Amino acid sequence: MAHKFFISCDEATTICDKSQYKEASYFEIIQLKLHFIFCKVCAIYSKQNNFLSKLYKSKASDRKKHSFCISTEEKQALKESLEQAKKELL
Amino acid sequence: MLEQQHSLHPDLWIDKYADYLFNYAIARVNNYDLAKDLVQETFFAGLKSAKNFEGKASEKTWLVSILKRKVIDHYRKINSIKGQAEVRMNFYEDGENEGSWIEERVPQNWNNDTEKAIENEELKNQLDVCLEKLPEKYGIVFRMKTIQEFETEEICKELDITASNLWVMIHRARTQLRKCMEDHWFKK
Repeated sequence: MAHKFFISCDEATTICDKSQYKEASYFEIIQLKLHFIFCKVCAIYSKQNNFLSKLYKSKASDRKKHSFCISTEEKQALKESLEQAKKELL
Repeated sequence: MLEQQHSLHPDLWIDKYADYLFNYAIARVNNYDLAKDLVQETFFAGLKSAKNFEGKASEKTWLVSILKRKVIDHYRKINSIKGQAEVRMNFYEDGENEGSWIEERVPQNWNNDTEKAIENEELKNQLDVCLEKLPEKYGIVFRMKTIQEFETEEICKELDITASNLWVMIHRARTQLRKCMEDHWFKK
């Protein structure tokens, strides 16, 4: 398989996004670092991406503290519609 | 060896499983009403196919497997709607500039005190606004991966997509989010 060393900004930022989850391969990381040498825009993207990842992480931990429930009224309504469905099935 | 046989008790479903299934659904579709609908559909489908229940899995596992199917169906549906709420691309899609930044979408320098801002509530609210703007098909994948922190493999299985498909959607979601956060927060 012929790997290429020079990649487009679209490809570079895709790798950069992947690397935010530690899922970029070694070769991809090399491609990315090489790209940064001549592309300052993607280097800025990468820096901002790292910051945004921290923000998403903090959002994720906020979200984990939450659990949702269906209100008693909604459950009652759900029960009634289920009863109805049961009758229709008979 | 005799395996334990499970049986179904539809009358108890709502009290026993509604909240669990609701949380399961909302972690994937991130929408209160939609999650509720999916749970309701799951119970209906469960009733209809109760006669096919073999008692090998627990009632709960069986209901979850129905809900999983519902999530995939929903995802397929939104994924197949063409052209609707397509993300504004950040890169040229063809021509000699293919794959390079579209000029007005080029990342701008943000001011230096961004690092301190992480715990800023307004910043988080802005993030919520930007997340809401993502087309649903990218939003679901992005949230499952980044906010719910599911494994790539798990998401691919649950939404029936390939890994490369997943990374394209993550990429589109993240470039879109970056631009939205820049326009509404970091550029001011």
